[in-house]
Amino acid sequence: MADFKCEKCNKIIDTDMFLKDFKVCPYCKHHYLLDAKSRIELLADAGTFNEIAAGISPVDFLNFIDIKPYKDRIKESQQKTSISEAIVTGAAKIGGFNVALGVMDFSFMGGSMGSVVGEKIKCLADFAIENKIPLILVCTSGGARMQEGIISLMQMAKTVSSINKVKENKIPYISIITNPTTGGVSASFATIADIIIAEPEALFCFAGPRVVKQTIKKQLPPDFGLSERNLKNGQIDMIADRKELKRKIIKILKLFS
Amino acid sequence: MDDKIKNKSESMKGLFNSLSKINLFKKISFLSKLNFKHAKANIIYKIKGLRRDTRIAERVWKIVELSRNEDRPKTIDYIENIFEDFQELSGDRLSSDDKAITTGLGKINGKTVAIIGHNKGKDIKERIQYNFGMPNPSGYRKSRRIMELADRFNFPVITFIDTPGANPAIEAEDNGQASAIAKNIEFMFNLKVPAIVVLIGEGGSGGALALAIGNYIMMLENSTYSVISPEGCAAILWKDQTATKQAAAMLKLTAKDLLNFKIIDRIIHEPKGGAQNEPDRMIKILKENLIIALSKFEGLSGEDLKIQRADKFEALGFFEK
Repeated sequence: MADFKCEKCNKIIDTDMFLKDFKVCPYCKHHYLLDAKSRIELLADAGTFNEIAAGISPVDFLNFIDIKPYKDRIKESQQKTSISEAIVTGAAKIGGFNVALGVMDFSFMGGSMGSVVGEKIKCLADFAIENKIPLILVCTSGGARMQEGIISLMQMAKTVSSINKVKENKIPYISIITNPTTGGVSASFATIADIIIAEPEALFCFAGPRVVKQTIKKQLPPDFGLSERNLKNGQIDMIADRKELKRKIIKILKLFS
Repeated sequence: MDDKIKNKSESMKGLFNSLSKINLFKKISFLSKLNFKHAKANIIYKIKGLRRDTRIAERVWKIVELSRNEDRPKTIDYIENIFEDFQELSGDRLSSDDKAITTGLGKINGKTVAIIGHNKGKDIKERIQYNFGMPNPSGYRKSRRIMELADRFNFPVITFIDTPGANPAIEAEDNGQASAIAKNIEFMFNLKVPAIVVLIGEGGSGGALALAIGNYIMMLENSTYSVISPEGCAAILWKDQTATKQAAAMLKLTAKDLLNFKIIDRIIHEPKGGAQNEPDRMIKILKENLIIALSKFEGLSGEDLKIQRADKFEALGFFEK
């Protein structure tokens, strides 16, 4: 891969260094989108991730067609990302602690939540309860998957219900907010965590900036919906750089162990 | 050009024109894949399909319009006419009192219940006062306070859903709109009392779901329940506002659709032409339905009610295993 210009600071980034730093600009620390596989590599101890509920895959039960059939969108996303859906779930060790880890991937249809994301989170929550191990979900999503109509809205309820049981069992649940986490995911499992950690400058809101701007017909503050503003407003526990993220998680796991 | 081919191409042109007339021209890209030999038969078949789709879209759109009709009975009409001794309770005990949601206690069939419902208002003055039925975080938090009260005193919870959705505003986001909605959903799953949900008009996305985790969910015949408004969906997926009706049909937002998916438990039929034609009768019908719905959960333990609610929602979804 060739070197490229940072979309934020415009400095030329050395690609090897960029990838080694898990897609963070070495100059301005801008955090780029991170695919699920790299995120697992970043967080899980080497070789400890074992995928569960891998076989659950999407179906176009509404025969939904906008400018493209939903079926084609699924196929394209699967080819582009080489994962089967917008979340990868599994058992892993983090700093030696056994955890149930779910990682969303924005490149798969904008990380949208449909039936498969809902079911996989339910399976992961059940797995956490069965094994009495902490649940960690790394969130990134544009919201509910419209191509699954009303059923996608119901995944908000389904995931909250599944995680409600994790909490009843007094099992810690940590959610990691990464850029962007909006819509249905922000108003369901992402925000009911015991501990919420966000990456710097991650957009985390229910109504996205475009919709809000259109509605109020005013310029938005430059930090609208971003981690730093959310921290100030009391909506998250802390901000952690990608480089620090694993260490922060281990620190919290120790406190709960 | 050979006459035969010319005729064929002329008739193709005619068919294409008629397609454009019914304003679903975009689907034509699928036609290009067809074998030319069968093209005419296939195109006629497709056009029939598109005409049927258009008819369905028109029928669905009528329901969308009825669900938003200003003269439809609203939460306040139902509250005033169904419950005895209704007492409104105000405020979230944190920061404010959101007018987009009314909460309170009242009696139905001699029994005290907690009532929560979105307000939309009937004229522009009311609509502005109620923020067009779009709650702020404090509205969800007020609702949660009332549900907490109901849970402690063993009062069943009845909610009326009628909202375009959450409030797309800076203050709403700054005050934790996402977490206010999520917390309400979570709280409703933990209720140890029956929760009866009625969709009376528009069931818009997260703003609706925040009050809609019920043991029993009913929809008025001409109400809707959707993940996004048809307008919003058309803008995002089609990038074209003229696709709004198509989007409405695709989203599966009618009471019939939701009953098919087992998301709701019952459709309540409206007076002919819609609830706005005979509001008094509509209110009477809804009251009877509420009394029956409440009776279904008498004697069930708090734990049973919780399990029933969780099982119902956790079963929703379509996937391959």
